[in-house]
Amino acid sequence: MGKLITLVIQRLGLGLLTLLAVSLIIFLGVELLPGDIATEILGQDALPETVEVFRRELGLDKPPHIRYIDWVLGVIQGDFGTSFANQREISDLIGFRLANTLFLALMTSAIAVPFSLVCGVLAALYRNSLYDRAINTFTLTSISFPEFFIAYILIIMFSQQLGWFPSLSNVDMDMPLWERIYKCLLPAATMTLAVFAHMMRQTRAAIINLLASPYIEMANLKGLQRFRVVVHHALPNAWAPIATVIALNLAYLVVSVVVVEVVFVYPGLGQLMVDSVIVRDLPVVQACSLVFAATYILLNLTADLISIVTNPRLLHPK
Amino acid sequence: MTTKPKKQAKDSEVLLSIRNLHIEGQSDEEWHPIVKGVDFDLHRGEVLGLIGESGAGKSTIGLAAMGFARPGCKITQGDIMFDGVNLFNATENDKRSLRGVRISYVAQSAAASFNPAHRLIEQYSEAPVQHGVMDEKEAHAEAITLFEKLQLPDPHTIGFRYPHQVSGGQLQRAMTAMAMACKPDLIIFDEPTTALDVTTQIEVLAAIKDIVHEFNTAAIYITHDLAVVAQMADKIIVLRYGEVVEEADTRKMLSKPEKAYTKSLWAVRSLQKKEQPSDDILLEMRNIDASYGGGVKVLKNVSIKVPKQRTVAVVGESGSGKSTAARAITGLLPPMKGEVIFKGETLSAALKDRKADDLRKLQMIYQMPDTALNPRMRIRDIIGRPVQFYMGLSGKKRDERVSELLNMIEMEPNQYVDRFPGELSGGQKQRVCIARALAAEPELIICDEVTSALDQLVAEEILKLLQHLQDELELSYMFITHDLATVRAIADEIVVMLQGEVVEQGLKTEILTPPHHEYTDLLLSSVPEMDPDWLEGLLKERAKKKPSIQLAGN
Amino acid sequence: MSDEVEEDARSADAIAIPLADRDWKRDMWRDLKKAPLTAKFGILVIASYVFVALFAPVLTPYGESEIVGSEFDVWGDKFILGTDNLGRDMLTRLIYGARNTLGIAFLTTLLAFAVGGCLGLLASILRGWVDQVLSRIVDIFMAIPVLIFALVLLTIFGSNAQNLIIIIALLDSTRVFRLCRAVGMNVAVMDFVEVAKLRGEGLPWIMFREILPNILPPLVVEFGLRFCFVFLLIAALSFLGVGIQPPTADWGSMVRDNATLITYGDITPLLPAAAIALLTVGVNFVVDWFLHKTSGLRDDH
Repeated sequence: MGKLITLVIQRLGLGLLTLLAVSLIIFLGVELLPGDIATEILGQDALPETVEVFRRELGLDKPPHIRYIDWVLGVIQGDFGTSFANQREISDLIGFRLANTLFLALMTSAIAVPFSLVCGVLAALYRNSLYDRAINTFTLTSISFPEFFIAYILIIMFSQQLGWFPSLSNVDMDMPLWERIYKCLLPAATMTLAVFAHMMRQTRAAIINLLASPYIEMANLKGLQRFRVVVHHALPNAWAPIATVIALNLAYLVVSVVVVEVVFVYPGLGQLMVDSVIVRDLPVVQACSLVFAATYILLNLTADLISIVTNPRLLHPK
Repeated sequence: MTTKPKKQAKDSEVLLSIRNLHIEGQSDEEWHPIVKGVDFDLHRGEVLGLIGESGAGKSTIGLAAMGFARPGCKITQGDIMFDGVNLFNATENDKRSLRGVRISYVAQSAAASFNPAHRLIEQYSEAPVQHGVMDEKEAHAEAITLFEKLQLPDPHTIGFRYPHQVSGGQLQRAMTAMAMACKPDLIIFDEPTTALDVTTQIEVLAAIKDIVHEFNTAAIYITHDLAVVAQMADKIIVLRYGEVVEEADTRKMLSKPEKAYTKSLWAVRSLQKKEQPSDDILLEMRNIDASYGGGVKVLKNVSIKVPKQRTVAVVGESGSGKSTAARAITGLLPPMKGEVIFKGETLSAALKDRKADDLRKLQMIYQMPDTALNPRMRIRDIIGRPVQFYMGLSGKKRDERVSELLNMIEMEPNQYVDRFPGELSGGQKQRVCIARALAAEPELIICDEVTSALDQLVAEEILKLLQHLQDELELSYMFITHDLATVRAIADEIVVMLQGEVVEQGLKTEILTPPHHEYTDLLLSSVPEMDPDWLEGLLKERAKKKPSIQLAGN
Repeated sequence: MSDEVEEDARSADAIAIPLADRDWKRDMWRDLKKAPLTAKFGILVIASYVFVALFAPVLTPYGESEIVGSEFDVWGDKFILGTDNLGRDMLTRLIYGARNTLGIAFLTTLLAFAVGGCLGLLASILRGWVDQVLSRIVDIFMAIPVLIFALVLLTIFGSNAQNLIIIIALLDSTRVFRLCRAVGMNVAVMDFVEVAKLRGEGLPWIMFREILPNILPPLVVEFGLRFCFVFLLIAALSFLGVGIQPPTADWGSMVRDNATLITYGDITPLLPAAAIALLTVGVNFVVDWFLHKTSGLRDDH
């Protein structure tokens, strides 16, 4: 067991280190910005005194490493600083948007994960069948579609033509749950379509790889029922690859949410980030990218941990 | 130990009868025949040895005896009558109810064929429980009895371990136990000892032989090793290109083979060389210690001398450090201590510090000609590159030299210079490797298991060629091998290695004639001989000796 | 051993030899004819896109950013696909878009392969600290989603075609590095590479003569997949307004600029999106076929 715990702790430590490195990169990126931030925001005509005051307000007079530490310490306490564009606390801006984004991502994964796993496992079990070929062509096509294309097709079909769902997903906190779900259906469907293909194909590949193992052949040669071979012999070894597939795709989902939010004008983190990029509101961009990166790292870390914990060689050391 | 004579155990009733078996395999989206009309009968309690070189279709036939074809293969024609059921056209369900109960299978790699997620005993009892032969408790009790019979250590607890917690030789015995679980009528052994070292192999062979006799189980024993099959089988079938070459009782087959091909297989092991002593030392490894990444020492105070124009064979099992010794000489693994002296001069430890001329004089030939040749380079460039690199020849002169070298290795230049390695046979590839080494006009060639990936006939041709080149070009060889037949065929001197240390070095006859060093004795005596009584004789002899000869893995 | 047997052994050894001289053109043509329908479709699509991109000025009725009519004109004789939000001809911009979007995505992928490929090969041969340092840096960069990272960097350095190419190429080169290092490592441990090292060959020879030719098939496949990824990423960035900047005609921003029409049930703005999708489908079909042909390399991306 000792080795397992060491590995888990190592992996957690590595995750934390990566997170720190990422925060440093994001911070340094802003430092690299050509020109002076204060002048940039206040404009070239601003009085030198005003610029000076503003600089002090932002803490720009301090050396970079102090500012980095201040920033990281602030972030740990939930303080991301203030927005350039509207002087509001960034944590206020981010809070409910993050919740919205997570709601959308969760809803999508609730549909997409079981659906793609089942389709992927079936495609692997009935490899080269008509079903396998058909779904292969379908997924090849759908991974080729930009998300906004899928989104607009859905809007034209279900919103314009049939009028079943709204084309804008303007949810707010006071809405009852079912109405939120209703308004989120189109964006969730878009993301499901986008992520389904990847997840299904990876699941299929992982299972095919597994089924080619000599111990699966051995199980067949023992005359076991097909069901038992799959459930008793393949499945216990499939958790690690499947967990990796899920985590990778949830991470992918967290990113594709940006485009979808913009199309449906959904008040989420992605929307906020894109708006801030366009007006070059750096502290907000910093904060959003850090939150996105952290989620991404966390998901990948989870996948790693699951594959460590389900590895029989580590669970039962010599 | 059962000492029943074989004939007595054999029933006259035919258990398995295969007629006109045809199997095809798929490559490049086309079907090609692998097995072309094979017939044979197997009686109850009889052990049939299937032998042949790679590509002979042995494993495919073995699996077909269970009505099974690997993905990418299909049984296209023929009858596979097992005790009244034709497995060729039986339903999946019928076949399934036979597999694991009446016919079972022992795979080459036990480590890969046990499911890593389940304990050994769970995997043992799976077939009997799932097929309703016995309940779990009975199965567990049976398992322990069988583990005991197969002389596994701690038979009561070993089953509760996971596969990765058990050594290779033990796993192979556990797999034999698993195959025995339902007391089947027939077991297919698919090269069960090929992946094992000789000293471990012998125990597994003894265990298999014993248990098969005890339960009067019929078996198909598949191997490419003649000496192994001589120990195991009552009857031998020699296969080639998916067809039966010859079929006979083991003793008859060994003493009076009829077909030319069989005779040639038998003759391979007879190649012998007369040793010539020499004191003119070309290369010396002096007190070398080496390790990978500063960890455990894989070479401990190793000293080896290679005389000029002689062949020194370095023998040992896997993990003995024999290949590492070669890496230390070439500078790929700079030793921690000690020095490599070539023609009286100490070579730099690391490869990158060596002079081009030092590199030139020392060439290597590898075990796998497939991976030793760049598949994307033509023969012209493979051999031409060292000519250009060391000798500075280019253009027409280079091509002429390449032709000369191809002639030396007995390959027709015009026919081969423009080919890619993939367009050559295994033996031809190894010849090209030799030509590439010769292109550098070396003084010493290190041969790392150069014949062990080749079929026996081809291997013999290569050995002859190497011997011829040594006489002609005054070359010295350091010959790394685990195969004693090869040693007899080519060596002047022998170095025996064990766990990173040199056990013995001396002239071939000195080492091969008793009295031996204890380990040398174990190693020499574990190499199967072509005598069907060899295994039983050896085991009796070992049982008599003091228990200090306890084998590794037990 | 009798002479007859010796002869037999020789011929046995020589039997597995296929034809020496292969006509690769005929081979390719035969492969092409045997290709599945999807792959043929893919090749056709790619060929026609390349054609349109190359001959854009000849094929278009108007100039790239020439305002020729009123805003949002409907489909008709004068403007086959109508006009856009500024009154520019939609068809013209669609055709120029092929040139710009395709060109930028192609250049980006090429750059990503040059950087990631070379570093990956280097890491696979040298191992040791070179590999460790490069791999850890790549790990960290891969811990940030590409789209997010691209958004941050584009905010900092500003959006123009040059920045776009460099930023995305560098971000994407991490993936190329990973693959190249992994497949390069498989080849680098082979004996023929050791032979080259023992001969005293330099790095360039080992990288480009010994290893590169042997990892070409997976790299070609990866090139197709990376191209699709880059192509879709640039389209998404342009759609978000931070990619290729106006007045350059580009499919992603064309969708964004004309998206209002969709609320009126007009599908014109979807044409550039469909153009993106069609090309990616084509490339993916071809890559999938190639994967099957060289099967065993990778079953999925």
